[in-house]
Amino acid sequence: MTEFSTLSIKETISSLKNKDFSVSELVDSHISSMESGRELNAFITETADIARKKALDCNQNYLKGEEKPLEGIPLGIKDMFCTKGVKTTASSKMLENFIPPYESTVTQNLWNDGAILLGKLNNDEFAMGSSNETSFFGEVKNPWKNTKDNFTVPGGSSGGSAASVAAGMGLASLGTDTGGSIRQPASFTGTVGLKPTYGRCSRWGIIAFASSLDQAGPITRTVKDCALLLNSICSYDSKDSTSSQKKIPDFEKSTDESIKGMKIGIPKEYETDGISEDIAEYLEKGKEWLKESGAEIVEISLPHIKYALPCYYIIAPAEASSNLARYDGVKFTHRVDAENIIDMYEETRSQGFGDEVKRRIMIGTYVLSSGYYDAYYLKAQKVRAMISRDFKEVFSKVDAIYGPSTPSTAFELGDKKKDPLEMYLNDVFTVPVNLAGLPAMSVPVGLDKENLPVGMQLIGNSFDEESILSIASCIEKSAKFDLNPNRWWINE
Amino acid sequence: MAIDSKLVERIAKLSRISLTESEIKNLSSELDNILNWIEQLSELDTEGINPVFSSFDEEETKYRNDEINDGGYREDIISNAPLSEDGFFLVPKVVD
Repeated sequence: MTEFSTLSIKETISSLKNKDFSVSELVDSHISSMESGRELNAFITETADIARKKALDCNQNYLKGEEKPLEGIPLGIKDMFCTKGVKTTASSKMLENFIPPYESTVTQNLWNDGAILLGKLNNDEFAMGSSNETSFFGEVKNPWKNTKDNFTVPGGSSGGSAASVAAGMGLASLGTDTGGSIRQPASFTGTVGLKPTYGRCSRWGIIAFASSLDQAGPITRTVKDCALLLNSICSYDSKDSTSSQKKIPDFEKSTDESIKGMKIGIPKEYETDGISEDIAEYLEKGKEWLKESGAEIVEISLPHIKYALPCYYIIAPAEASSNLARYDGVKFTHRVDAENIIDMYEETRSQGFGDEVKRRIMIGTYVLSSGYYDAYYLKAQKVRAMISRDFKEVFSKVDAIYGPSTPSTAFELGDKKKDPLEMYLNDVFTVPVNLAGLPAMSVPVGLDKENLPVGMQLIGNSFDEESILSIASCIEKSAKFDLNPNRWWINE
Repeated sequence: MAIDSKLVERIAKLSRISLTESEIKNLSSELDNILNWIEQLSELDTEGINPVFSSFDEEETKYRNDEINDGGYREDIISNAPLSEDGFFLVPKVVD
């Protein structure tokens, strides 16, 4: 039955229209992929019953010729999005039993377009991590093993979102990206992942991590599928005051546009910063592909980019420490009883949060505390202004930026778990984009010597997702990447 | 500036997180490492730079009329409370 799970959304929709198979058959196939892939630990909550029930309505809509743009498409949703009546945990013990009484705007947009919820996906706790190893519900395994036959991480924080798509459990998924949490796992799993411009998608109903950086975005098998989902999730929302009213273009159309004459910048800082040999090779190969398609390659410089990571590790924890203050044992399911209210707060938070979350709350509290605010928090926001200015200057000369998504391919489970700082350094190429609020995506280009996927990153100007989708589509055609890991998790 | 266990205890208090002795010990060295690494920002001259707190264009943020446009979800709001009674959140005694 797994042949259904390697189709793109585009192909699936045309088959459904042709009546080659029904939505129920499609959904059953993905449920069985999800069930036979439990060893990957990508799903926290499976919603097979909801999916089967909705499939019946979708069947009818196809029969009546009243199908909506994503009618019957089974999707996994990162467990950071509130789904009405379906447990939403943020992969934390703190929200182990939390059942949202409302639906996030972006998921509601998907359901309005006919998509079907297949299940809720594992992630790093409160989206804090780059390997999916900080989840209270356990690590996620990358469908791609290395040549030594060792397990690798799927990346994070949207590790379940990326692993499920690579393994054919759901046709696509939704992730969130605060510092690279869509693009890094997409690059580790050979999938396409896009973080839209800050403000393109509503943040309403997404469990908040760092509100000035968080954005929702799709993880898909193909660039066109990515555009299809983007068309659905983007909308102005009066419930999010940082949601944009700018016109939303037809992103699918962008994937067919030529890139002839486009100027694509390569930051010299991205070519020297300790990337692996294989990634450096693909970076060069990519330049050739882009030139063959008629684009002009321009060397550029982002002089303050090396400060992006330390800057991010002030701003993101600061915002997190404030956002996570709400988990106090009063409102959200988890409470440790104590004699007085202060002990109740402290014990609830001590037992409800994992180590990484505590670490970041502590950093955030420290940099915001009296006497340190100017030296850390205010300083970081000034550095952020300088980084944004670097990008602004570059985008007066080029249409998009091309570079690696990550310094290395997927590392082995447990490899970087002991040293938090080493883990943070993995986000060196993705974090600057969030600070500047720009759109960016990772597109798979091939496998390295260890048989692990390599992803390249495209960064666009503010509210110009279209250019990076056109370029990504072009890279996809040249790279001919085959998203087909050896299915070791299926016991035949 | 070095992070010692006394400072970690103070931050933990502000964060409303209780820590064990071994957590305090680990966090002292981890936070010290991380903050030393963050310290590299001080080599940048940021004199005269206006801080940017969000990349969102403030001109796009519209005022709305100050009127009630939503509400009536009392049951929904307390549905996830660990302890509630008559539509109220219950907490341990706060005043004597």
